Amino acid sequence: MDEKVLMKGTDALSEAAVQAGCRCYFGYPITPQNEIPEYMSRRMEEVGGVFLQGESEIASINMVLGAAATGARAMTSSSSPGISLKQEGLSFMAALELPAVIVNINRGGPGLGNIAPSQGDYYQATRGGGHGDYRMPVYAPASVQELYDITMQTFDVADKYRTPVMILGDGMTGQIVEPIIAHEYIRPAEDLPPKDYILDGAQGRPSRIIKSLILDVREMEEHNWKLKRKYDLMKQELPQWEEFMTDDAKMTIIAYGTAARIAKGAVKRARSQGLKVGLLRPITLWPFPDEAIISVAKKSKIFLVFEMSTGQMIDDVRLAVEGRVPCEFYGRPGGIVPAPQELARIIERYWLQKEL
Amino acid sequence: MKTIYTRPKCLKPAPFHYCPGCGHSIIHRLMCELIDEMDLQGRIIGIPPAGCAVLAYNYFDIDICESAHGRGCAIATGMKRARPDKIIFTYQGDGDMAAIGTAETLHAANRGEKITSIFVNNAVYGMTGGQMAPTTMLGQKTSTSPYGRRPDVEGYPLKITDLIGTLPGAAYVTRTSVATPAKILATKKAIRKAFEVQMAGLGYSLVEVLSPCPTNWKVSPKDSFIYLEEKMEKEYPLGVMKDITTKKKDS
Repeated sequence: MDEKVLMKGTDALSEAAVQAGCRCYFGYPITPQNEIPEYMSRRMEEVGGVFLQGESEIASINMVLGAAATGARAMTSSSSPGISLKQEGLSFMAALELPAVIVNINRGGPGLGNIAPSQGDYYQATRGGGHGDYRMPVYAPASVQELYDITMQTFDVADKYRTPVMILGDGMTGQIVEPIIAHEYIRPAEDLPPKDYILDGAQGRPSRIIKSLILDVREMEEHNWKLKRKYDLMKQELPQWEEFMTDDAKMTIIAYGTAARIAKGAVKRARSQGLKVGLLRPITLWPFPDEAIISVAKKSKIFLVFEMSTGQMIDDVRLAVEGRVPCEFYGRPGGIVPAPQELARIIERYWLQKEL
Repeated sequence: MKTIYTRPKCLKPAPFHYCPGCGHSIIHRLMCELIDEMDLQGRIIGIPPAGCAVLAYNYFDIDICESAHGRGCAIATGMKRARPDKIIFTYQGDGDMAAIGTAETLHAANRGEKITSIFVNNAVYGMTGGQMAPTTMLGQKTSTSPYGRRPDVEGYPLKITDLIGTLPGAAYVTRTSVATPAKILATKKAIRKAFEVQMAGLGYSLVEVLSPCPTNWKVSPKDSFIYLEEKMEKEYPLGVMKDITTKKKDS
């Protein structure tokens, strides 16, 4: 089990979910993520789980909600337009405090857009997306191994905090084939809370209600504050990031997911020319790794935020930085995946402009 | 002394919030009686709608999961697939079932999900104040069809139960009414059968119950039962649309 195997991103994600005990998958076809439901349709049968192709993304997320309410580890996957349709369900699951994993293989947008890799859904993913005052953990893996590991982790995070959790990738994350160690799922060291809320019939216990309708405004306010306390705890416990050559960096690139892979290549190129450039890669987009950003901001003279969008994560970087360092931006929206050389040229330009 | 009438065990001792003359209270009670009689409390899960019956958990002493407007049958599907040993029912109004949730309802029925839907049709959106529903009858005035429902403007009443009766996945589909004591008893019998069909794993079961909404019909509770029989039952004839258990007997 611990030897390396070649795996495609979508397969790694799907298999990790199965290994982590996901036994209910509901989804609706949309490119570029169809390999996930296809894998699950075959695999769930083998492990005695449930695969069901819903009549829509709305139906699929509500099937996930229903399965989660009975205590199952459940998952759905989709791509940008489909994720828009799931927002109603996500808001309800956040309110009902039901755990599940939602995969968004982000494509170019808005609208139908295209099926190429894009990071245009950052706002939607990290700002709630659905209605109401809620947050949702969002993970952005950048390699197949990380996709495998993080998928397992998201099921634990979902159960620990009783929340929907999103994995945000793109066509590149899903299609790339890399050698990984497809290790077994290891339960987290700390015990996950007992699922004492699930509905399985009021047998030998009082009946249970899973609801979000709270007409009394004081009770509703308290529910909002209760959720807020939970989100504050997530902010303390969940942030994850990777730093690459940041220690002596005068310029730090901030990028996540596919953009971070490109950025790493660009940083290596810049370093080979003697430019002290580093990379900070947020792995959790919410909660955003503010502390890491602040700590790197103390060392760097300039941040260059690189996204495959017109600039969304840069808002979070600026909020964390609070003016400590200037934040420049380079973006390629619409499905363009630039080569590291292109970003390396941008780095060089800023280096000269800012006289670093 | 023999007890002949009492509060069902799983009907919580709470006063109904429903308007005087509303059919929900009758239907709730029938269902609670059945859950007691069939000894289902320990393995039944209910999914009320967004609508007047959203507060059903205040009355049913069983496990209940709220649903977003119209999504009941999708939630029920997820539950039943995850826990096939449980009895799952949705309790839905006309807007929930036949407008915003049409897709979820039809596809769950067509897949033959082993769930039961209790569909309470009162031809208006009750909770929001009596707006036009998909089941509002031609000529019927509502707060959003003040000139009466006109086929060329608002279209026709949607008979979703008749549609579902044509689907191979549906095992038992019927329409009843709570207009008279005899019809109330027939409704109870139909809901019992719907649960039995689910427990036998035969497929989707649906009981449409025609029910009065005196507040939004703007008639007295007493007159609402007359309206129910004279208007609603004419537009929506009572009877069984599909019953695969009788077919089996025939063959």
